[in-house]
Amino acid sequence: MSPIIKQKGERYKLPDRYLLFILTVICLGLIILTLYTDYISRPLGFVAGRVIVPMQSGLSHVGSYLGGRRDELANIRDLLAENERLREQLDILTLENTLYKQDRYELANLRILYELDSMYADYEKVGARIIARDPGNWFHSFTIDKGYEDGLAEDMNILAGAGLIGRIVRVGPNWSRVITIIADNSNVSGQVLATEDNLIVRGNRELYADGVIEFEQLIDNADRVVVGDKIVTSIISDKYLPGILIGYITQISRDANNLTKSGQLAPAVDFERLSEVLVITELKQSIED
Amino acid sequence: MKRSLVYIVLIIFCFILQATVFRSFSFAGIVPNLLIIVTASLGFMRGARTGLAVGFLCGLLMDIFFGDVIGFHALLYMYIGFINGLLTGFFFPERIKQPLFMITLSNIFYGMLSYLILFMMRGRFNFNFYLINVILPEVVYTVLAALILYPLILWLDGLLDGRNNKAVTTVNDL
Repeated sequence: MSPIIKQKGERYKLPDRYLLFILTVICLGLIILTLYTDYISRPLGFVAGRVIVPMQSGLSHVGSYLGGRRDELANIRDLLAENERLREQLDILTLENTLYKQDRYELANLRILYELDSMYADYEKVGARIIARDPGNWFHSFTIDKGYEDGLAEDMNILAGAGLIGRIVRVGPNWSRVITIIADNSNVSGQVLATEDNLIVRGNRELYADGVIEFEQLIDNADRVVVGDKIVTSIISDKYLPGILIGYITQISRDANNLTKSGQLAPAVDFERLSEVLVITELKQSIED
Repeated sequence: MKRSLVYIVLIIFCFILQATVFRSFSFAGIVPNLLIIVTASLGFMRGARTGLAVGFLCGLLMDIFFGDVIGFHALLYMYIGFINGLLTGFFFPERIKQPLFMITLSNIFYGMLSYLILFMMRGRFNFNFYLINVILPEVVYTVLAALILYPLILWLDGLLDGRNNKAVTTVNDL
């Protein structure tokens, strides 16, 4: 199996370990190239986007349909019990009560919409659909079905429901990869809305299960920041537009250095039940421009 | 040629399945690692060369869509495929116990290295948490998925070889 001795009539075949070595070098080269430049990810993203994305969009519909059915099945016992209870109540309930509930529901929805619209009214937004999620179990990112052909670009902010989801980190022709603020490797510069104190919001894999993320480096000597305060993106962030709601403080404590505070916050968005998101097609102005 | 095409379709199919349908079926946010199953099983069925090529392709797909740098997963999967390929002669792919063992080992290897490079290097030292909440659940789920996927891959491979006369190995051989 020596690479040098070639038998007559036999086609030359590169030994496996040489192939492994060559591919290893290529991989290392790719890692370095993508760490420092943008040359590789664009063409690769283009090819992959043309082949994979159409299939992904189709299958993710199937997935969310099946997932919905599974949830239905899982809930069926609860639903049966609830159904029985509700039947007993049904006689007691009056028409007025139903109407009142409907009104209240409508009012709550309208309030949320009104608040959201007036909060981020200045920004131009487009809707996009999530077509795939990170197949690994380490980070929390997903791809959406719009790319640079739809006018999207890297670092555009993503919203859903009432708050910030994350930003675009890679764009293909018809897809973009979004990294969420709850991913372990993401940091957002934020500020407490009430007091305008700056802090850093960090995703944390260990806190996923509790539905919270952590924040740190909050300087609050006057002890004015309390649990329940709103955290929004700060004006000094260079990736995120200012004033987008991130979440609410659920826990706060003084650090060992006695200067800064850290704690946990509950994100304003339910990251498990996302299907459509809003992309702000406006970029934060940076110093180079 | 035909074989390569079939493998590429299989890889793309598994990748998409993992990123879409299986996400909706995740238990506690954990999905099985189908690409490890494909890489490891084709590795010890067809040898080191196929193993490393398949691994490279699987990793590259992961990197393009969900990696921070392109090449990291490609490198990891490629070595997993290669190492599995080195064991071709020692194993009988038809006995499902041995492949399952190798898939388990491969997945643990993948999990450990991912933790080491992606998390520990950034100062996340709570190894026990990641072991219990990410690595082990993923392994268990992957092995369960492999019970279904592996016989399928074996059958597909037999189809390509034209040796599907006798019954395909199933879980009964455990």
